[in-house]
Amino acid sequence: MDTAVSCRGLTKRYGDVLALDALTLDVPVGAVYGILGPNGAGKTTLLRLLTGLAHPTAGEATVAGLSVTAQAPAVHQRISFLDQSPQYYSWMRGRELITFVGELFGLRGAELRTRVDEALTLTGLASAANRRISGYSGGMRQRLGLAQALVNRPEVLFLDEPASSLDPAGRHEILAAIASMRGAATVCMSTHILADVERICDTVAILNHGRLLVSASVAELQERYAQPAFELELDPGQGDAAEQFIAAVRASRWAADVVRTADIVRVVASDAAAAGREILPLVAAHGIQVQRFERLRPSLEDIFLRLTAASTSEKVQAS
Amino acid sequence: MDGFSIFLRKELRESLRTNRLLVVVAIFAILGIISPLAAKYTPELLKTLGTGSGGVTIILPTPTAKDAIAQFIKNVAGTGIFVAILLPMGLVAREKERGTAAFVLTKPLTRPAFLTAKLLALGLTLTVGVAVAAFATYWYTALLFTPIPFGGFLAATLLVLLSLLVYASFTFLGSTLMSAQLPAAGIGLAAWLVISLLAIFPDIAQFTPAGLLTPATQVALGLAPQHLWVSIAASVAVLVVVLLLAWLSFRGQELATNA
Repeated sequence: MDTAVSCRGLTKRYGDVLALDALTLDVPVGAVYGILGPNGAGKTTLLRLLTGLAHPTAGEATVAGLSVTAQAPAVHQRISFLDQSPQYYSWMRGRELITFVGELFGLRGAELRTRVDEALTLTGLASAANRRISGYSGGMRQRLGLAQALVNRPEVLFLDEPASSLDPAGRHEILAAIASMRGAATVCMSTHILADVERICDTVAILNHGRLLVSASVAELQERYAQPAFELELDPGQGDAAEQFIAAVRASRWAADVVRTADIVRVVASDAAAAGREILPLVAAHGIQVQRFERLRPSLEDIFLRLTAASTSEKVQAS
Repeated sequence: MDGFSIFLRKELRESLRTNRLLVVVAIFAILGIISPLAAKYTPELLKTLGTGSGGVTIILPTPTAKDAIAQFIKNVAGTGIFVAILLPMGLVAREKERGTAAFVLTKPLTRPAFLTAKLLALGLTLTVGVAVAAFATYWYTALLFTPIPFGGFLAATLLVLLSLLVYASFTFLGSTLMSAQLPAAGIGLAAWLVISLLAIFPDIAQFTPAGLLTPATQVALGLAPQHLWVSIAASVAVLVVVLLLAWLSFRGQELATNA
């Protein structure tokens, strides 16, 4: 696996506060990578270290194969960064700022103009491009932040809470713009809005108290933390056949518990694999009509809450 | 240095668009204009006051171009110090405070380029201001008195500019050390106070930026300057050391994304 971002034992301490604790993780090239965690988990610290705004206390990190400490100028040529509350030169106009950033990346002439237009159009700012930034709303500043981050077509794009100050429509547009980067750039996005992560991220890292709790694809996490439970929604009015089916399930060696609520039957399995194989043959054997059959999958929120609660409880016990 | 010319252009545009340059030029222009006017009309004003207040006679020598030059150095180096101290207070500190330093320094703009562009823009702004003041004084002195020797006046103006740059460098250092403008200005004002106290002692004064003003006046008046090169060397040395400290404080500084 080619990695766009790699951290090895990355540690950051501010006095007595351990903001990041020996973090080791790899972000695959081309991924849209969500960095999740409650407030104070170390998300922003991680992004500050990776963009060279802060220096690690220990450990090392590479971005696009380059050391963020020893090769910072070369790293800055390949990345872009969007802060969670971006502040720009308010005396500039929107287009002027994007042009200024493009020039810092060495863009000139027609190519610069094309890239600036592209970035402004993609972020929905084309019509406000000639207005002063001092007159922009918070949402417009966030869009402007994304536009300046896209103008250099970065290899790695770091976004700190990119949609936090946007209304639902604005969030939808910005997330679509970020998702459109998939494959063209590696996106590392910190957020605590889990719905945004579920919508666009293919891989996530969950941090708490500066520690990495887990790093995996969303599907893998849902599989890993899936409950050993299945749910069937029966067609109404199947009377005895339904009761016989439920009795047969209860009698199976893999069924730990069976609960019926109206036409919904929930089966908690002691052996999920066996249950997955044998429930549908039992349905067929009893001539039951089902509208829906699924293995219950946890939402990212369920997983997040479960992992962060466990980690907080461990920390409390340790202290 | 990556990004230097682009960032310098941004600094100069900012000076123009935020009216910083206009304000500096206006202040120095006033200082430049009032210097020969004050030299010319202050004795006449005093004479009028004297005769009108009950028979006290004030005898003053007839003002000359030399008085205008002395007024120029006194005004530009005196009042101009406060412009030199206050002008750089936000140069770096405000960018750190607002998070714009973090914004540009995650781009291909190196820290040396960032600081050098800011220094150069500051130097240019002060130079333009002092040049405007000098031009105004030169012109009005020629109108009100007699034309003054250009070479000596130019040399005196450059010495005054050097003096102001040294004072400005202390605030610039404060601006790199601090993340807010007022404490940065406080460092500049504290440096000015210390220098003013040191300049009371004649043996030490020549090594301070205040010590440049005596040879500046002498050069402008066509007299043999005292301790000219010692004062220049001492001021340049202080300037270099202060700017080096500014670089050392800034090069490894961690930057906040916003306040």
